[in-house]
Amino acid sequence: MIFVGELADLPPGESARVQGEAPIAVFNVDGELFAIDDTCTHQDASLSDGWLEGCAVECPLHAACFDLRTGRPSGPPAKKPVRTHQVSVDDGLVYVLESTSVDAAVEGVS
Amino acid sequence: MRDITIVGASLAGLTTARSLREQGFDGRIVVIGDEEHAPYDRPPLSKEFLAGTSSEDDIGLTEPDDSGLGVEWRLGRTAEALDTGERAVLLDDGERITTDGVVLATGARARTLPDSVPEGVHTLRTLDDARALRKELVPGARLIVIGAGFIGAEIASTAVGLGCEVDIVEAAAAPLQRALGTDMGSVCGRLHARNGVRMHLRAGLAELIGEFRVTAVRLEDGRELPADVVVVGIGAQPNVEWLADSGIPLHNGVLTDERGLTEVPGVAAVGDCANSHRAYTAESMRLEHWTNALQQPAAAVAALLGREHAAPAHHAVPYFWSDQYGHQIQFAGHRTADCTIQVEEGDLDSGDFLALYVDGAGAPVGVLGIDRPRAFGRWRRRLAGRL
Ligand SMILES: Cc1cc2nc3c(=O)[nH]c(=O)nc-3n(C[C@H](O)[C@H](O)[C@H](O)COP(=O)(O)OP(=O)(O)OC[C@H]3O[C@@H](n4cnc5c(N)ncnc54)[C@H](O)[C@@H]3O)c2cc1C
Ligand code: FES
Repeated sequence: MIFVGELADLPPGESARVQGEAPIAVFNVDGELFAIDDTCTHQDASLSDGWLEGCAVECPLHAACFDLRTGRPSGPPAKKPVRTHQVSVDDGLVYVLESTSVDAAVEGVS
Repeated sequence: MRDITIVGASLAGLTTARSLREQGFDGRIVVIGDEEHAPYDRPPLSKEFLAGTSSEDDIGLTEPDDSGLGVEWRLGRTAEALDTGERAVLLDDGERITTDGVVLATGARARTLPDSVPEGVHTLRTLDDARALRKELVPGARLIVIGAGFIGAEIASTAVGLGCEVDIVEAAAAPLQRALGTDMGSVCGRLHARNGVRMHLRAGLAELIGEFRVTAVRLEDGRELPADVVVVGIGAQPNVEWLADSGIPLHNGVLTDERGLTEVPGVAAVGDCANSHRAYTAESMRLEHWTNALQQPAAAVAALLGREHAAPAHHAVPYFWSDQYGHQIQFAGHRTADCTIQVEEGDLDSGDFLALYVDGAGAPVGVLGIDRPRAFGRWRRRLAGRL
């Protein structure tokens, strides 16, 4: 488990970045929390700097959109999905459980 | 509409084919491309691919899913004429393809010097260009870049990383002047000096010296700069000459309305070759930017198929990025003649900032950021609010 911070510090529409084995971005979408790998699979932009649009985040550099639920990009220039991770909230504190591989993360959802 | 021909097999052409299927078109699609290669991405050609950190596989644009598009590819074939009466495209090998709709996505090519050039002188637009240039950028090679626009700047940056010695020759008073204006062009241009690249401004090229292979470049003021390799980065021009007799209105590219339709029924144009009316500037502009080539096809396809198309508002704001010396430069909007600069974040001297272009009436019309992607994304959307 990776400690992210207090839920109060992550209001809807906001994101946070934490360091797991790889950097992880955590998003609050209207009260629902999602976590994906922070580094875009196209180049090395930080997705926590991206634009939240519903359940997707748009990469801040070249605008590939990743679905926060599956990690899949909706189109170019990104081709590969990012990993998705489990988020839990305990007593107002947010934690992320880092998943192992991209494939496992994607298969788990679809 | 039963069948559609797309001319140009690069980002805009491939995206058109994908958009057609996404929007439910189940007829025949033929895509003609004069390069032998399957569609590939150009931005890495001056960056990672030239640096050797990206392979040809990495820059390929087609994905396994694309085999499901059911496209008939005609690669390595050139469209030579368009018969608008029958909407027939004539190929160099005599094939005549008649369809209901035609999408022109022929892009642009590098502008070249008027005279023939000795060996060692390059332009950079295609994969073949990049392969050839890459071989020459060996450590210690003296590279002269003619033209301090984005492509020239990126090549200089990559070449420094490869251990070359680099000079840039620019006719204007500042690098990147056309896109960013003199002040911001100079600010971004400081990256060159910081990385040991010599910039020669207000310097005209008089002649390339070297009998078989280039050995130096002579400037108009008489100075001679020794060179092993020269890259001419003086802009691009649209590939539209083949349409000269077609009756399609041409002016710095294919003239289209806001959606990408030409005056000729059933013929649209997208990407670098299209001079389209833009809501953001209320005038026609040809945009030579990746994001335009990616976003324009969906609208043009919808117009061709007679469907509604709603894109997010910020797609209407022209946008491009550039990577130089490890820094990310992003620009959105449009620079008007009466613009002044307002620094929003960071400071110009440190080279880490976000600046707005504010027009004479006090309205922000453009935003420039270096290494500020988050704030930049917000501003890009706020600019869309002008529409
Ligand atoms: C080196 C380089 C770096 C770049 N970096 C950036 C960047 O960092 N950021 C950014 O925003 N943009 C960048 N761009 C611009 C971006 O790549 C272009 O905007 C984009 O490629 C345009 O796509 P397109 O499909 O419209 O045209 P093109 O990519 O030019 O493709 C047109 C295709 O049509 C073919 N064709 C032409 N005529 C015919 C014919 N008669 N018959 C058949 N085929 C034909 C051409 O050979 C070509 O393959 C860069 C471009 C280059 C060259
Ligand atoms: S780095 Fe994310 S789309 Fe390019």
